[in-house]
Order: sequence, then C-alpha cells, then structure tokens
Amino acid sequence: MGKTLSEKILGHKAGKPVQAGEVVTVSPDYCLSHDNSAAIIGEFRKIGVPRVRAPEKLIIILDHIVPAADEKYAQNHKTIREFVAEQGIPNFFDIQHGVCHQVLSEAGFALPGKLIVGADSHTTTYGAFGAFAAGIGRTEAASIWATDEIWLRVPETLRIELAGALPRGVYAKDLILKIIGDHGAERANYEAVEFAGAGARGLSVASRMTLCNMAAEMGAKNAYFEPDEKTLDWLQGRARADFEIVRSDPDAPYEAVLVYSLSTLEPQVACPHTVDDVKPVSEVEGRVIHQALIGTCTNGRLEDLEVVASILKGKKIRAGVRTLILPASREVYLEALRRGLLETFSEAGCVILNPGCGPCLGAHQGLLAAGEAVVSTSNRNFRGRMGSRDSEIYLASPATAAASSLEGKITDPRKYL
Amino acid sequence: MSQSKKGRVWKYGDNINTDVIFPGRYTYKLLEPAEMASHALEDLDPEFARKVQPGDVIVAGKNFGCGSSREQAAACLKYAGIQAVVAKSFARIYFRNAINLGLAVLQCPEAAEALQSGDEVVIDLASGKIISGSRTFDFFPLPPAVLGIVEAGGLIEYTKKRLAAKP
Repeated sequence: MGKTLSEKILGHKAGKPVQAGEVVTVSPDYCLSHDNSAAIIGEFRKIGVPRVRAPEKLIIILDHIVPAADEKYAQNHKTIREFVAEQGIPNFFDIQHGVCHQVLSEAGFALPGKLIVGADSHTTTYGAFGAFAAGIGRTEAASIWATDEIWLRVPETLRIELAGALPRGVYAKDLILKIIGDHGAERANYEAVEFAGAGARGLSVASRMTLCNMAAEMGAKNAYFEPDEKTLDWLQGRARADFEIVRSDPDAPYEAVLVYSLSTLEPQVACPHTVDDVKPVSEVEGRVIHQALIGTCTNGRLEDLEVVASILKGKKIRAGVRTLILPASREVYLEALRRGLLETFSEAGCVILNPGCGPCLGAHQGLLAAGEAVVSTSNRNFRGRMGSRDSEIYLASPATAAASSLEGKITDPRKYL
Repeated sequence: MSQSKKGRVWKYGDNINTDVIFPGRYTYKLLEPAEMASHALEDLDPEFARKVQPGDVIVAGKNFGCGSSREQAAACLKYAGIQAVVAKSFARIYFRNAINLGLAVLQCPEAAEALQSGDEVVIDLASGKIISGSRTFDFFPLPPAVLGIVEAGGLIEYTKKRLAAKP
C-alpha cells in the first residue's frame, strides 16, 4: 500500500515510516503566530526557559488588529516587538505587511514538502503549495518555541477529485462552499483533504489558496494540492529554502473520494449562521444587505480584486451600502494600485482598508449593528462574529459580493460579467 | 472509584463554534480568568455565565468547538468552572486546546444524546464513565500519547517536566 502526502511528510520528520492514526512527535519547519504572540509569550515565560529553541523557525506577523485599534492592542504589539528583539527572531513582519497567510506565502516560506504549523485555524492555506500545514493553539505554540517539537496525529485523507473548468461567474469560493454545504462542517474533521484531478490542475495558485484556506471550515487538519508548474512559477524568486516535492502514491489509501464537476457549478452563498448552510445564489437573491466585505485571507488576492473591479468599473455602490475592500497583503495592495483597481474601487464609492484581518473577526474597521446584514468574501459567518449577535453574515465569492454592493441585495454576479 | 462532584448539565446543539463560545471582539482584550468566564457562551446563551456553577458539565452535539484556533474558547469554560464538555464529536483544534489546558473533553455520543439540561451527573475520568442517576455511559478514551499531557495538568506543566528530565 502506498503513502499519502501527509504520511510521507510526517514520516520523514519522524524518521520512520508512519501511517494514518499514529501519533508522532516532530519538529516543524516553521511555526507561525500573529497578534496572539503576546499571549504565547506569556505561556512561553511560564515554561521557564530563557531562549526560544529555534528562533529562525518562528514567523511572527502582526495582522489581526492593525494598526492597533486601542491602547490594549498597542501594548500587545509592543510586547511582541520587544520579544522579537530580545530573542533575535529574524522573521518578523510588522503591521504594514498584511494577513499572515498571504504574507507567509509571498515571503516564500510556504514550500512543497514542508511541515508548517500556525497558531491560526486557516494555516491550512499553505497546502496550496504542497506543504503539510495545520492550525494549532497558542499553548502548544509556546511549547514549540521552548522545545522545537509538537505531537501530531497522522491524518486519514479525503480526496476531492475535480473535473472540468469553472464557468463564467463561478469561482473557487463557490466550489468550496458547495462542497462544505453538501457534506457538512465536520466532514473532514481531523482529516487531510487532497484536491486532485484535471480540474485542480486548471486552478490558479490564488484559487488553490482559497480552497485550502476554507477546507478548515469542513474540519480539515490540512488540505493540499500536488505542486505543478504553476506552483513552481509562483515560487520562482520567492522560495526561502530548498524544497522537495512530495506527492501521494498512486495506490495511497483514502478514507473516501468525492468527485465534483466544475463546469456545472453555480454561484453559492453560505447563509447565517453556519458555513455549511449553503444555497445556490438563486435561492437567496434579493435579501437586503447593508455592507459588503471584499478581501481577507480567503479572497483578497489580485485575481479576486480584478473580478470585483470588472464589475464595479464605471458604476456606483448603491446608496446605503458600505463596501469595504480589504486586500490580503501590501504586495496585493500595491499591484492593485498600479493596475488602477483601487481607483476603480474608490470611484465606485468603496472604502479601501489597509491589509489586515480587522472586520473579518469583528475586531475593528467595520462592524455590524443589530438587524444589519453583510455579504462577505471571508471564511466564517458565525453568529456575532462581525459585531452584533443580531446581525447576519452571508459568505460568497468576490463577484457575488461586488454585484450585491451595486444592488443593495444579494445578486447573481453573472448578469454583470 | 474516584468520582467527581455532582454537576448540572447545560445542553446545546451541533456545531457550537468558537465565536459563540468566546466572541472575537474580546479575544485580545480580556485576559483575566474571571473576565473571560463572565463572557463565556455569551452569543449562544446569555444566561450561562450568570448561572453556571462550579462542576457543571456542557453536553453538546457534533463538532463542538469548530472555527477559530482561539484557546480562550476552551479557557473561558474552564474558568467558568465547567468540569467537562461531553459531545458527540469535537473539532480538532478545540480538542487539542482543551487537552493542552487541562479541560476534560469527552467524546460520548450516547451521553450527548441522552442527557438533558438540568440533569445531574458525576464523571469518573479514571474509569471512563459518565453517571447520571441510574444511567451510566462509557466514553471514548484519550489516545495514550496525549494522556501524559492531561495527567501533568496541561501542556505547560508537561513541557516543564520534560525539559527538566532532559540532561
């Protein structure tokens, strides 16, 4: 019997052949944390070792509440900056860079075959480059800082085979919402999700990141694509380290195989208050929205912003709607600026935010009052996440969010494309 | 048999997520245990934090703790005095966080189905039993590799001991 990508990467790290179900103690290649580094520092101090064991493996990116929204957040950031200096942590990204998952990838740490853990649930994103990447908690991040080790259960693998190509007006976001809606928010709990097939190879790197990011919303421990020429092109000039491409064997064991045809998909919307309450846009069209959030680590990349600009170009956001543009990183922001996309957004009446997480987790920069609804391109629509517990979050693609901004209600984007 | 003290059941449904257990608007603001406890489950059940008693038990459906990796969602329940969460299943990061903090997370579909709000229960971690009146439920034991962490009282203590044992 062959091995899956997860078995191979974790086995290589454990120094012995492993199979799904085993618990291994391994040393990760990188350990990500963000504003929660302040809390991790507190836990690290309790352990009582003076120095971080492998400072070069830590990647700290400030993104959750940037710039600091109040004194408390400012103090957290200060604590982190002081710790970074004290411990000589080379890979520190201050508030100007963007959302951790985009920044870590752009900076060339997300590489094929690497084992990356992060104190953030959407760490799964780096599987888009063929890495094994899983979210962890802050106490175990502190333990890694002290020991350079973590226990991980080798996951079973769910294979999702994609055939065909996405039709006009339908995107990776619609696909992952459809999959989660069909199978539920815990379908892949504790499992690896492998996206495969000709349809997977046809997807852009940005779209692969969207899928791996949101696989966390079906409970996945990690999610990945097999690296190909698109991956290598993207990594050109970015890769920070040598890497080796790891693939599942042809006879690798899968817990199950799901098959999706991309060519027959429609735009999808996840309705309040769970990510798996998914309906085709035709069933929710007309629901009034007060705000649109376009961007985040799920859908804040250049290909997303280009689609949005193509819909908004020369038009105005409907009166009474607030449309927030949240590019995933400074690199994305700068390129959107150069291509004139930000001008289009501003002319249409959008508010352009600095790259970061802010409104997605309801921290600052655009929260909701009771009775309000938002259409968001982010990854979660849990009750109260973006403000009042009596507000509503609909999740959709950037195109659907843009079209909805123009009409003030949930709208099928295909009429604008 | 070393039984816990009696606690009352708070029963909730499937997919109880980390945002309703501990809202994101507080995650980087509230750091004190009492403050965190006072907002536990606020967006799901505003009564909970006022009425919970030490030793109470949360009983829920599948995928408890789905969503964010925020550890406060496990910590706030521990600080509120919850002795255990019994569920049909747990989201994986929540499961890890709870173990690492020393909050008992017990996978027991039968108990999760049968127990109702207000039922009185005692839990025997050592023998793996949940007892409510005349009913007894066996729960899914923790993997041996992680039992050491729970026995040490959480990951920080466990790591301290391990580092001290190394030459």
